[in-house]
Amino acid sequence: MSEQIRPTRTAAFEGRLKKRYAAEKRFKILGLLAVLFSVAVLALLIFNMTMNGVGGFQRVEMKVPVDFREAGMTVDPRALEQPDPQGVLERSGLPMVIQTAAEKALGADGAAQLGQNAWRDAAREIIAKPSLLAGTTTFWLPAREDMATALRGDGKADLQPLAAKLSKAGVLERRFDWGFLNRADATDPQMVGIWGALKGSILTMLVTLVLAFPIGVLAALYLEEYAPKNRWTDIIEVSINNLAAVPSIIFGLLGLAVFLSIFPNFRSAPLIGGMTLALMTMPVIVISGRNAIKAVPPSIRDGALAIGASPVQVVFHHVLPLALPGILTGTIIGMARALGETAPLLMIGMRAFVATPPDSFTSPATVLPVQIFLWSDEIDRGFVERTSAAIIVLLLFLLVMNGLAIYLRNRFERKW
Amino acid sequence: MSPAILLLLAFGLGLVAWLAARGRAWSFRRQADGGRIAALPSYHGWYVALWTVIPTLIFIVLWSMVAPQIATNSVLADPAAANLPEFGFERQNVLNEAAAVASGAARGVFNPAAEALVEPYRIAFFRIRLMGIAITLIIAFAGGAWAFLRLKPDFRARTQVERTVMAFLLLASLVAILTTLGIIVSLVFETIRFFGMVSPSDFLFGTHWGPDPMSNPANPDPDRYGAIPLFWGTIYIGAIIAMLVAVPLGLMSAIYLTQYAAPSWRKWLKPALEVLAGVPTVVYGYFAALTVAPAIRDAALAVGISNASSESALAAGLVMGVMIIPFVSSMADDSIAAVPQAMRDGSLAMGATRSETIRRVLIPAALPGIVAGVMLAISRAIGETMIVVMAAGAAANLTANPLEAMTTVTFQIVAMLTGEGSFDHPATLSAFALGMVLFLVTLGLNFIALRVVKRFREAYE
Repeated sequence: MSEQIRPTRTAAFEGRLKKRYAAEKRFKILGLLAVLFSVAVLALLIFNMTMNGVGGFQRVEMKVPVDFREAGMTVDPRALEQPDPQGVLERSGLPMVIQTAAEKALGADGAAQLGQNAWRDAAREIIAKPSLLAGTTTFWLPAREDMATALRGDGKADLQPLAAKLSKAGVLERRFDWGFLNRADATDPQMVGIWGALKGSILTMLVTLVLAFPIGVLAALYLEEYAPKNRWTDIIEVSINNLAAVPSIIFGLLGLAVFLSIFPNFRSAPLIGGMTLALMTMPVIVISGRNAIKAVPPSIRDGALAIGASPVQVVFHHVLPLALPGILTGTIIGMARALGETAPLLMIGMRAFVATPPDSFTSPATVLPVQIFLWSDEIDRGFVERTSAAIIVLLLFLLVMNGLAIYLRNRFERKW
Repeated sequence: MSPAILLLLAFGLGLVAWLAARGRAWSFRRQADGGRIAALPSYHGWYVALWTVIPTLIFIVLWSMVAPQIATNSVLADPAAANLPEFGFERQNVLNEAAAVASGAARGVFNPAAEALVEPYRIAFFRIRLMGIAITLIIAFAGGAWAFLRLKPDFRARTQVERTVMAFLLLASLVAILTTLGIIVSLVFETIRFFGMVSPSDFLFGTHWGPDPMSNPANPDPDRYGAIPLFWGTIYIGAIIAMLVAVPLGLMSAIYLTQYAAPSWRKWLKPALEVLAGVPTVVYGYFAALTVAPAIRDAALAVGISNASSESALAAGLVMGVMIIPFVSSMADDSIAAVPQAMRDGSLAMGATRSETIRRVLIPAALPGIVAGVMLAISRAIGETMIVVMAAGAAANLTANPLEAMTTVTFQIVAMLTGEGSFDHPATLSAFALGMVLFLVTLGLNFIALRVVKRFREAYE
């Protein structure tokens, strides 16, 4: 009786088992590959944008030493404190002075490659520091786009030797361009910047937040805490859920047909853009707000009611403060989506060329994603780099917003 | 004129009213025996402040709509307006120009006829500003005083304030209905105008799309408004190519992350997928146009397909599919998690391997939820705009070749409305008809998905 009891495995059974285990392994690897594919695409996208975009934070500049005393340019520093100091410098001959100095430093054909508005950059430096006018100053000024292309080794064949020569002499190089972060759109990739679009985005987001947040939170409170169960609240609920699923471009059509016919003068203004995006963001805030409010345990409400608080006091003194972190998380996510949104803003005319940053909620503006879209239409190699750089800035903003949402969720999440 | 000043005025007065009323309520409290009054002093404050601010705000909104009209009327009554051009566009231009200069928005006039009107406008604006401030003050004081006089020790201010708060809550939730109505009304209205010019059957069943915004708007060529190629392009890119990418990858990702991945991996992989969902669509569009489309064209050329274009349905569809993966994966994740643990345990106890359990038990049980998720994903894909605008091309092609350029409904909406056409032209209006179709289709898909989910939930509760 010492014979051990073992499972009887026929050869066929063994074979089937092996096959099944192999299938199991294949299935698992397939799953892993699916996940890795998505991650790989994400990595490729980020890598691609970074490689292209690093160049976008730089531009090709030429070194121009200017001796203001020799040039005989005299400007009263007090005149620079008046409005329009650039005009003062222009009238006292700064463009000519720069041109002459460039010819001296770079040769006649080199100076011809200096950007047309390069003197404005010098003017800006002088306005910031008028003492520069007293002596010799070395400016790095933007070259023309043709020259920038030549330095990269393509473009016009006759410019390439010149670019190589100047580059060797150390007067032509790619330099980090701080101005990219504080200029606005332009026609020349050497002169563009994203501050105009960024400011437009900020103003638009402010309008969106001011409209969508209170309306969303109040609507969520009403539906979750007070709404009677009847046909009206059913309609409200259905329409909120539907709005969350409506394609964003439809909101653009709404903004075009309704807002722009009420305010025809505010075409492409952050006010209209913000209102359109607010309608889109509001349902997201309502839905996440309701979930946050639902998560507050009934005992809190009962306790407050028991010591004599009115229903409104219960909600505003107890439920809302406890639900606020959850609501804020949802709001930030909704705002992040609105920040990246392009299509509805194209509909309401925010695709115009705007060369000055907007200074109010009603002045013409563009936003970062739309700026990216507009630049993506340009075929210039310079614009490709600038577009990728703008995308990097946009992604950084989104990363910060999403990080904030995650932090809030982890910091304030409470298990009851 | 400027509503901002009036708004500041209104809120300033509201603050004053709040402080005054609260002070009054405190004095009641001191006088009353036992120090008890019917409501807390701050509620008295809120009551009077609401009565001060709300009527004033309503006035300011109305006033900012009416005031420009009043200004224009008073300018037209001025003798300087006698030699204005007749009614119409030109007259309006002159008026606008003069108004812009008078309000400081512009520096000078181009049209000499406007010059004479600047001064009357300036006077009218000044008068209107004074009037606005005066009426704001009167309304605020009247409202505040009326409310202030009602304050008594036994006045139940809290009930009144809370009733107002409830009204605000109700109003806020009505915004959703208003938005839905706004969408429907604006779409229907313009769509009807479009169908007055082009018959619905030509639009819905025609096979040639090529509206010409420069043609005579009075008699459009109905042969150019056949939207079938657009519908096909939308379905082909959004519902076929994108789903071929998103559904298997999303489903397998969800399965791997929920069933196989170690918690430490899952902690990193799941957020990475979520990042994929947070990337703005314009970035995907740029990626598709700049990287994916040329790569596909080069690959096609390399295998000998000579007519591959640099804008292709395949590029747009592939990138859109990647964008949708996290969406499908989180929906699948939820519905797989909803399958009762007992079913999984039962299958494993019978000796099935994990993959057999997943394929034969979990997926069939979770299928309604997965199907609903795919429906929602399709609805999102066909409403997606920027990727197709940047990567799919403008040519309306009725073909099954994924390497050709194709156009979609959303692309055409953008193209029609960002062109030069006027709002009376059927080419421009066709965008609204396309929007209407898009709205109805996505709504239908969402509705079906919700019904499927509802029925599915009943099975396990």
